[in-house]
Parts: sequence; C-alpha cells; structure tokens
Amino acid sequence: MGLFILRRLGVMILTGLCLTFLVFTLTNLYPNLEKLAKTQGNFRMSDEEVSSFLEKGGYLQPLPVKYGEWLGVLPSHRYTNEDGSVQGRCILPGQDAAEAPNFCGILQGYWGFSTVFKEEVAGIVGKRLALTGKLMLWVMLLMVPSALILGVLAGMREGSATDRTLSTVAITTTATPEYVSGVILIAVFASSAVGLKWFKGTATSAMESANFENFFLPVLTIALYGMGYIARMTRASMAEVMTAQYIRTARLKGVSFPNIVMKHALRNALIAPFTVIMLQFPWLLNGVVIVETLFNYKGFGWTLVQAAGNNDIELLLGVSVVSVIVVLVTQLISDIGYVYLNPRISVS
Amino acid sequence: MTKWDYDGPILEIDKLSISFFTRLREIPAVMDFSVVVQPGEAVGLVGESGCGKSTVALGVMQDLGVNGRVVGGSIKFKGRDLGAMSQEELRDIRGSEIAMIYQEPMASLNPAMKIGKQLMEVPMIHEGTPEKEAYQRALEVVTDVKLPDPKRILNSYPHQLSGGQQQRIVIAMALMSKPSLLILDEPTTALDVTVEAAVVDLVKDLGKKYGTSMLFISHNLGLVLETCDRICVMYSGEAVETGSIEDVFDKMQHPYTQALFRSIPLPGADKNARPLKAIPGNFPLPHERPPGCNFGPRCDYFVDGLCNKDQAIKMQDIPGNDRHRSRCLRINEIDWAAPMALEDTKTKGAIGDVVLKMDNLKKYYEVAANALFGGSGATKVVKANETLSFEARESETLAIVGESGCGKSTFAKVLMGLETATEGKILLDNHEIQDTPIEKRDTKTVADVQMVFQNPFDTLNPSMTVGRQIIRALEIFKVGKNEAERRERMLSLLDLVKLPREFADRMPRQLSGGQKQRVGIARAFAGDARIVVADEPVSALDVSVQAAVTDLLMEIQREHKTTLLFISHDLSIVRYLSDRVMVMYLGHVVELGTTEQVFSPPYHPYTEALLSAVPIADTSVEKEHIVLEGDIPSAMNPPPGCPFQTRCRWKSKVPGGLCEKEVPPVRQMADGHQVKCHLSDEEFNNMTPVIKIAAE
Amino acid sequence: MDPLSWGEILTRIFLQLTPTWIALVLLFVVSVMFKRKLGLYGKLFDSTVGMIGFALVMFWVFTGIFGALDLIVTHDPLAQVSGMKNKVPGTPLAGAEEGEYGWYLLGGDNLARDVFSRVITGAWIVVQIAPIATAFAFMVGITLGLPAGYYGGKLDTFLSFLANLILAFPVILLFYLLVTPEIVETGIPAYMATFLFVFPLIFVGILLNSRYYTQPNFRTPLLIGVLGVMGWLYLSLISEVGSKVHVIPGFMDLFDIPGGILVVFVSVVFVNSPTVFRIVRGLALDIKTRDYVAAAQTRGEGPWYIMLWEILPNARGPLIVDFCLRIGYTTILLGTLGFFGLGLPPESPDWGSTINEGRKFLSIYLHPALPPALALLSLVLGLNLLADGLREESLRD
Repeated sequence: MGLFILRRLGVMILTGLCLTFLVFTLTNLYPNLEKLAKTQGNFRMSDEEVSSFLEKGGYLQPLPVKYGEWLGVLPSHRYTNEDGSVQGRCILPGQDAAEAPNFCGILQGYWGFSTVFKEEVAGIVGKRLALTGKLMLWVMLLMVPSALILGVLAGMREGSATDRTLSTVAITTTATPEYVSGVILIAVFASSAVGLKWFKGTATSAMESANFENFFLPVLTIALYGMGYIARMTRASMAEVMTAQYIRTARLKGVSFPNIVMKHALRNALIAPFTVIMLQFPWLLNGVVIVETLFNYKGFGWTLVQAAGNNDIELLLGVSVVSVIVVLVTQLISDIGYVYLNPRISVS
Repeated sequence: MTKWDYDGPILEIDKLSISFFTRLREIPAVMDFSVVVQPGEAVGLVGESGCGKSTVALGVMQDLGVNGRVVGGSIKFKGRDLGAMSQEELRDIRGSEIAMIYQEPMASLNPAMKIGKQLMEVPMIHEGTPEKEAYQRALEVVTDVKLPDPKRILNSYPHQLSGGQQQRIVIAMALMSKPSLLILDEPTTALDVTVEAAVVDLVKDLGKKYGTSMLFISHNLGLVLETCDRICVMYSGEAVETGSIEDVFDKMQHPYTQALFRSIPLPGADKNARPLKAIPGNFPLPHERPPGCNFGPRCDYFVDGLCNKDQAIKMQDIPGNDRHRSRCLRINEIDWAAPMALEDTKTKGAIGDVVLKMDNLKKYYEVAANALFGGSGATKVVKANETLSFEARESETLAIVGESGCGKSTFAKVLMGLETATEGKILLDNHEIQDTPIEKRDTKTVADVQMVFQNPFDTLNPSMTVGRQIIRALEIFKVGKNEAERRERMLSLLDLVKLPREFADRMPRQLSGGQKQRVGIARAFAGDARIVVADEPVSALDVSVQAAVTDLLMEIQREHKTTLLFISHDLSIVRYLSDRVMVMYLGHVVELGTTEQVFSPPYHPYTEALLSAVPIADTSVEKEHIVLEGDIPSAMNPPPGCPFQTRCRWKSKVPGGLCEKEVPPVRQMADGHQVKCHLSDEEFNNMTPVIKIAAE
Repeated sequence: MDPLSWGEILTRIFLQLTPTWIALVLLFVVSVMFKRKLGLYGKLFDSTVGMIGFALVMFWVFTGIFGALDLIVTHDPLAQVSGMKNKVPGTPLAGAEEGEYGWYLLGGDNLARDVFSRVITGAWIVVQIAPIATAFAFMVGITLGLPAGYYGGKLDTFLSFLANLILAFPVILLFYLLVTPEIVETGIPAYMATFLFVFPLIFVGILLNSRYYTQPNFRTPLLIGVLGVMGWLYLSLISEVGSKVHVIPGFMDLFDIPGGILVVFVSVVFVNSPTVFRIVRGLALDIKTRDYVAAAQTRGEGPWYIMLWEILPNARGPLIVDFCLRIGYTTILLGTLGFFGLGLPPESPDWGSTINEGRKFLSIYLHPALPPALALLSLVLGLNLLADGLREESLRD
C-alpha cells in the first residue's frame, strides 16, 4: 500500500509540475507581460519603456529560469537600478537587499504579490479558500447523501414508476448548468419583482455569517448540477448490481428485499459512484466559480475571475497551484477509496 | 421456520406452462411440462440451450422476473402450491427448503462479502441461529465439501478462491439449511473436466448424506447418467421423453432422444461402426415453432399430415416401464431397435508428409508480479510452453488435449505468429518460422496456417456482413483478381461449408451459433489453408450441432488434405476424429501417441484421470473411478519437479520423492508413443484400462 | 397598439415558429413510417424518452436553421430600438414602420434589443458550433484512444498521462488562460487549431488506406481525391490572411473563422478530447480481446485496419450515446464561455452572453435572462434524453 501511494504521489508531483509550468508559460507570454507593464506603469508606455520595465523585473529571462525562480529552486533575479538600489522578487518593499533571501518561491512559502489586491498571494488564497471551503462543505453535505439516496432508490427497482420519476429529475438537473439553475432559482425564490422572496439573491453577507436565507441558494445551485450526475451514476451502478447473479443468489437464499439492498447490493453499487464523486472536483470548481460570480460571494472562484480578468499573474499562478493540488489530492483519495471499497483489488 | 414433514413427492410439476412477455408478443418458454421428484430422488433435466430447462428451475423458485409468468399448470412443493404462496412464504422456503446452485460460481457469490458471512446468513435468516452457532455450522459444511483450511476460507473473499473452490462454496451455501430439494443449473459447465468430476462426485455423496432430492439441469447426457435416477428430455419448451435412466438410455421411445444419442461421440465406441449422425436443420426459435410436433421438421420418422397437424401432442405412457412417457404420435409404429442406417463410409485420405514440425519449442512470458500496481522491477517468468516437440503430417488430425492453463492457447499463438518463440524451432515445410511475427510472414505462409475459434458468438465481426468478411480474407490472401472473382470464390466457400448463398448478405447476428462457426471455417479456408488450428471449435455449440460441424471439418480435411490441429478438452470427440493425440498439462506435453496408444494403457497418470473424468452417456460403459485432489496449479506458480505431482495418485510408487525434485524425462513407450513420467516400466505394464465396455 | 396578453404572446410565438413545427411534424411522420428500416435511428421511435429528447433537439435545430434563414426572427437581434429598454414581454413597438413586426414578443433587454429574436439567433450559434466541435473532439479522441487501448504499453502510459493532465486542469482556468485577446495575439490558438484539426485528415486517410491498400488502383485515386478536398477545407479553416497561420493565399481561402470564434472552438475541442480519448481507450481495451480481432490478426491484417474496421464499428453504440451527451456538455461549456464574456463578441446573441447580461438586473427584470436560460436547459435536456433513449434501445438487442 505504501509503495502504491508513493508511486501515486510521484505521478501527482509530476502532473503538478507540468500543469503549473503550463500555466506559468501561458501567463508569461509577451502580450500578457506587456499588459502587466502597462497596468503597473501607465497605458501610454512606449515599447522601450515596456521592455526596460520588464527587464528590471526579470521578466525577460528565459522561461525555465523564471519558472525555477518562481518555484524556488533557482536564486531570484536581482536588478540594480541606476541609483544603486537593488530590486528583486525576494526584496519586499522597504527591505534591505542584503537581508533578503536568495531563494523565494513556492517551496520557500513565498507565493508572490498580487497586483490587484496589493497583498501577498498566500494570504489572499488562504482567506478565499476558507470561504469557498465553507461553501463546498455545505454543498457536499447536501449533494452526496441526496444523490446517493436518489440513485439507490431509482436503481433498486429498474423500470418502476419511482425509477422513471427520479431518473427524469436527475436528467433534468444534469441538463441545467449552474448559470441556468442559478438564474431560475433567483427568479423564483429571490426576485423582488415576482418571486417568492424566500431567499436572498446575493450571498455577500454569507461571507461573515452564513444562514439559511443567504446561503441556501448558492449551495443548492452547485449541488443540483452535481447531484443529477452522481445520482445517475449510482442508479446505473445499482441497477447493474441488482441484475447480478449474486443478487439472485441472495434472493433465492431467502434474504428479504431491504436486506438485499442494504447488505448485498449497496457496497458493490457504491464503488463506481465513489470514484465519480471524487473525480467531480475539477468540475465542481467550475460551479464554484460560476456561483460565486452569480451570487457575489467573494471566495476562491471569485478570486480566480478577478485574477484572470485583471492579468494578476502571481495571483493567477497561486490560484492554479491550489486548484491543481485540490484536484490531484482528490484523485489520490479516489484511488485509495476504490481499493478500500473493492476487495477484488489487493495491494500488497 | 420449522421444516414440514410430508410423505408424498417433494416436487410435483403438473402441466406447467411459462411464457415471457415482450412488447411485441408472448413467447412461450415452457409448455405442458410435468415432472415428479420423489424424496431422495435425483431427476435430470436434459436439453439443448433454449429448450426451457432453466426456465423450469426459475419457475420452481418463483423467480421469473418482470416479464415471465406462469400461464398454466401448477408447481407443488411437498403438496403445497408454490404459485399460491405469498412473497413472505416463498422467502421462507427459498434457501431453507429449496436451494439452488448455478452455472457461474464466480458470478453467484457476492464479491464484496466474505465467504463466511455469505454462508452464515442462511441459517441466521431461516432459523434465527445465533452468530456463533452459524459460524460453527459454516465450518462443518465447508469441511463437508472437502475444502482445505476451512477457517481461512471462511475469512476470504470469493475472488481469492479458484473456480472449483468457489463452486464448492456455492454447494456449501445451498446445504447450509439442509434443504429438501436442490436445484442444480449446469453446475459444472464453467469448470475443467477433472475439477468437474470431483464436484459431481461431491454432489452425489452429499445428496446421499443429507437425503436431499435433486433436480439436475444439464446439457450433458453423460453427467446425468452419472448423477441421476430419472431423466426428462426437453425439446423446444416441451418435455419429449421422461423415464428412468435405464429406460431412456437403452429403450428410448422418442425420435429426438434417439437423434441426440446418435449425435454424440462415445469414447467406448468405434467410429466406423458407430459414426456420428448430426440432427439436420436448426432448433426452432420460440416464436417460430412449427405446427404439431416441434421436432417434426428435423425428424427422420416425420409423416406429413400427421406430425404437422395443428394439434397439441400429449405425453403417452409406455406400457411396461416405470413411469416412462414419451411425446410422439408414432411410438408404436417406429422400430426403435433398428440399427442406424449407415451412410456410405468415407475413407480417410492417406496421411502424407510432415508439414509442420516443432522442435523443443519454449515460450516464456515475463509478467509483473503484481499486475495492478507493479512495475517496480519484480517480474515472474511464466513458462507457458515447455519443450514442445512433435510433428504433424498432411491429412492428419492431431488433437491437443488439456485443461485451462495447460498452454494450448499459447502454443497456437506462437504457431500463428502472434507471439514469437522463446527458444526452439517451428518448421513449416522445413522453413523456420518461430521468430517471424505475423506481420513479417509472407501471404502464403499466413494463408497456409489459419485458425478456427472457440466462441461462435465472438468469432465474426458483428458489424460486417458474412460475405464481406470472407471477401476481406480473400483480399488479404490475394485471391482473385477483382471484386467479382472474389465474390464468386466467396460464394463457393459458402457452398463448401454447406451454407445457403443468400447468407452472404446477412449480418452475423441473424445466424445461429453453428452457422457462425461454419462461416468461421469458410473464412479459415479462404486462402486454401493447409494447417488449421481448431481451438475448441465445437465446445460452445449444442450437442446436435456439434456433430454437424465436426463432420464438416473432417469432410473438408478429406478433400483438401488439411492438417488439423484440434485443440479440445473433450476426450470423446478427440477419440472420434483424431489420428494422434497430445496431452498437455501446465505447459508440458505429458503424453503423445496415436489415438489407440493414448486411449489404452499404459497411460500417463494425468491421461488416466482425464479419461476417468469424462462423463460418458452409455450405460454399458464401466469406468474406473479416479478423482483428482485439488485444483490445477496456477501457471504463474507451478509446483517443483513434475508438474502433475501435486495431484498424482501414483506419486507414492516412485521412490525417493523423485517426482518433487525432477521434471521427468520423456520416455518412448512404443513406436511413436511417449510419456513424461517417472513411473517404472513395471508399474506401467500393470495399468488397467479406465474405460471398459460391459459385455452385452 | 395595446400590449399583448400572455395568451396572445404565446399564440404569436407559436405562429412565428410555424416553419419549425412543419419541419418537425414532417420529420416525425416520415421517420415513424419507415422506422423498421432505419436501424438504430428507427428504433429511437420505440422509446418515449428518446422521442421526446429527439423532438426537443430537432426543435432547436430547425429553429436555429430557419432563424438563420430569417424565417422566424422578428427583429434584428443587434438593433436597439429607442423606448424599448427593459420593456416587459408583449410591449408594442413605438412607431413601428410598415412591414415591421409590431411587438417585442418577449420584451426588450437592457440595451433595448428584442429578446425573442436574440434567443432564436442564439440557437443558430449553438447548433453550429456544438456538434462540429464535438465531432472534432471525437476525431482527436478516437485517433489517439484506439492505439492507446490497442497497443497499450509505453504509448498508452504517455497518452493517458497527457489526457489526465488536461483533465486535472480546471476547465474554467483553462478558458481564462486560453481565451483572451492576448493569447489570440500570440497565435497559440491558431497553432492549436492547426494541430487539432489535422486529426480528421489523419483519421480518414488511415481509415481508407487500411481498408483498400490491397487494391492500389482503387486506393490511390480515392485517397488523393478525398484527402485533397479535406486538405483544402482544412487549410481554409486554419489559414487566415493576417493571422499567425497564413499558409494559402487569400483567394483560395474558402471561408474565414473570426479569431474569437476559432479560439472558442479550439478550447472546447481541447477540453473534450481527453474524455473521449478515455472512453475510446476503454472500449478498445475491451474489444481487442474478442475472437474476431484475433481472427483478423491471424490473417495478417495491419493494426490500423483492426483498430478502425474491426474495433471501432463495434464500439459505435456507446460512442453515439456519448456523442449526444457530449454535444449537451459542449453547449453548457459554450454557455459558460458566454457567461464569463470570453471569446465571443460582447454583443453576440448567444445564450450564455445573454444570460450573463440579463442576470445583472435579475432582481428587477426577469424576462431578459429567463428565455435564454430555459432555451439552453431544454436543448441540453433534449440531448440527454436522446442519449438515454439511444442507450436503452441499443442495449435491447
């Protein structure tokens, strides 16, 4: 088992490196840098001024070198201004160049400085991630149990009226992306014009104190889309298991129907959906971004939009690293869980 | 619940009819079916696939699914009508009074539940037995089914056991509550012959020990003969003949039963005196049954106006015999004792020169020790083929016999060029081909060596017409100058395999299994193959079709002087058609010789066990009873020394534990007869024949 | 003129959609009549779910087509009419000229444009892009997934790693990185298009060659003809005067794709391909163990013939089902892009952009955001139901 996790970790780190390098490359393309220079300086900069700005910031070094610096495996670039002062990535404003460390990158815990928020990236990411974590926790608490119950109920008697009804519900929710369901939910429950006015149309206040009124709609919006998908997987898996020979064995052994479902079918039926739930994370992140934008909840997804929309390179990189790590860790959990749930796979 | 005491018959099925309902129509699966099972009696239910025998079993269990329904008749268990019972009552009976054993042991055990739990569940549900007691009971029963180390077994998951062990667990599960009736649905079809023999033996013993009545469903007449007291033959949803084993086997009174017996090879009988006779035509689909007698269109005794008159034919008692009944209008007119009309005897083509020669062929695989998470260096060598040497001649049929894991498929792959040999030589017309993978072989070589596959439902590409598939083979073998010529040739190939020419435009799904297999044969002969490897070509077919396909292969061989390498585990058919036999076990050739030599002593101990394991559907045959212990070892982990030593009953006759230390040398017994064994000549000479035909 | 009541609005919309209804009824009548001869497509008409789904999908397809032919739309979807800003559905057009439609059937949006016409025009954008982009993704996924599954080994490890790499990437981040004017400027989308869009050529080339190489006289002209036409289309697609990829002169260029649309197209294909790859690889792994594959091997067929003619046709069931689902997913992705204002021009009437604009005033005006939202919902639902129906029917025999 240990070896298996080690191997997975290796692949994970490799994947992480590849992905961050990709993001790094894309954000560090010249047009992006030029835009950065102009937003930092002023918009009427000449081409020479732009390149001298970039030269000072070390942006014109070869890409692998810059990546190495950002990662923290290469000493950081320093530039001596004409007045003798030294500027560099590692030297915080007001700090003496001699005291600043040579290496400052992700590995040293330095994530860079956001040009939009004028704060350290690590701080922003931490704060926003906590807010999104709260959102996700409630989403999972709502989505996973209801999806599994829905799927199991539909799948245990394939073709029955319950199955037809629940399957239609599940298909409808998978066909409704967050930006559609969000709009409909707001229209029905929160619109001041005609709606029921049960909930609030924004979740800004939920950042400090979340309650049912201001938090339920965003949570429901994300949960609905994922719920349908997981429920359908569970249903398919359950329906397949229910037609398996060993279920017939159990039935002809005299096991009662509730016991067949609970003792014999459930564990086998949950193997597939479990993997799916875990692999849903990259895409749940999508939902988070949409919902946070729609409900104006300033979490991680919202930060991503801000960073990308304003060409905040360091922040965007930080956000990417976190999301990639989240995705990879859930994949690892999914693998381990699969092994745990499925006794046919033995890891020696 | 309490077991009821009841004196009458355990199971009475009276005029049962079961139908399945689809969107389009009602499909009758079982019609007017009656059978009685007395206490302690074992009744065999025999028929080809689709005849409704499994439906009867499910009907008894009242588990026909959403589409199936009993539309007539009754099923009484210990005098009580099962059809009138509530779900509650049925659940009480299932597992405690009636238990069932299925075809696929792996599929019928819950993969995510430990064996112990699955076993203990039965008494816990039905008798409310406390857990501890249930565990004790499980231990007992597992010991009863002769599994080693019962505690470990109870604590393991199904996938950790071999197929044979799994089937024993399924049997144990059925016996947990000491049922009065045991239904066995093809319980050994998925198992190897020697394992099958042991399981059948076990079922027989336990049936006696627990006093259980049995309903034994099988397509194999030989197995039924070995296990049952009475037999019921089914054809197309109806019972056509029922009676005691002796009556039905020796004094059959229905044309279908007779035809069935004439179409299966018996290892005791001579192939010239008793050639196989295939049943003409095809099994009717359930919604296309003919009027009158279902068997009419295929029957030799068919009388127009009588047999096809649109009326239901009733079962008739055969006077003088014990509860012997038959569903035929012409019972009294047919001379049942008349010998089979012999067709003109065909002389086999003379055996010619050596075309294929294997010399010390070896094939080893390297596999990761842990397939899923491996790759960290630890590899194992699997010796799939170990020093294979033999030669095959023109017009000769060489049978390769062995059970799963014996290396026969690997050998076929190496010969075909899908894999290259690790060591040794393959000479095709004195031409070394062992190192030439198929893509480097010239068209002639490829066309010369072709293969017929086992599974008819898998051998044809489902999304291409039959004709197109044969034409493609012709294109590849560069036969014919243009499309028109190839089409002509394709049609003549269809003629060769006796299929109507209109089949060229059909899709494979419109063909029956036997017809598909014929197309597979036609495709193999597209480039006038000289060597054809037939990998169990008939084992997946129904008995009545097997004979026809076997005959076809032999006929083409006569005409084309083909060398046939016939891979099979069925010794009856091997005896029937082969000139020489090679017996393989775990990659080794343990015995090689002419058919006569292999089928008579001295045997290799494994050949001896194989012969004893084959069920023979002939009451006049007596077999020596040899049951092999345990399962076939995994090729990944073969035993040291002689590969067969773990199961050999002669092992103690070899001094000094030689069997465990050394691989035996190849011994020349008689001209062309070789055996790989440590036994002394004296022991070999004292061997007695396994199969004896009782004096008439 | 008076504002229309809801009954009148619905009646008028119904009448406006007459061409769609006619086409739908014709299609269904013909299909049901010949359903026994139409294979899997015909069997679809045995399943209620499948028929409903198919009807929904074809409703939008016909509406999109007739909308583009100017048969349904009532106003120019981009024209702003003074006095119609945020007007409720059924508001009569102030000062309507002769021959101009007198009402905004579904009201006016924030910029005083006709919501109804925008929804109909938006359908055309989706109906064009989603299936084509999905088809390209399938070409890429199939061409790479088949050898990965068939050969296995190092190639499989490498390709699977790449696929997982892309799959581990949050889609939205990828869009934000790829679909910006700066990236378009660097030419990366154009290069990616050059790479991704070459797959259909490779696919068809190998497909025909593996089948007909035994008859060179037939094969060579066939290949030259087919690949010639496809090559020209391909070059027209990727090449654009003035962009980074400019390989053929302008007069030979059959059509131009605006940079914004191209980048949307490329990213959607890019995001979908790895999933298709995984599905195809799995199917290939399963089917390659069949005896008919072994039979093809033993008669000396080349690996590509086996992959494309023995394995692929027998994987078509699950692939067709997934194709329907994936068009739905692509529609959702396109909406997402519109929702974040990525790629498509800001005034574009596509549903995602329209929802995005409408949502800002959602608490006061519902009518600009709801119609496109419901349109998107019904199309994707239709595709999902269609896939379900197809799956059910293909499993039946």
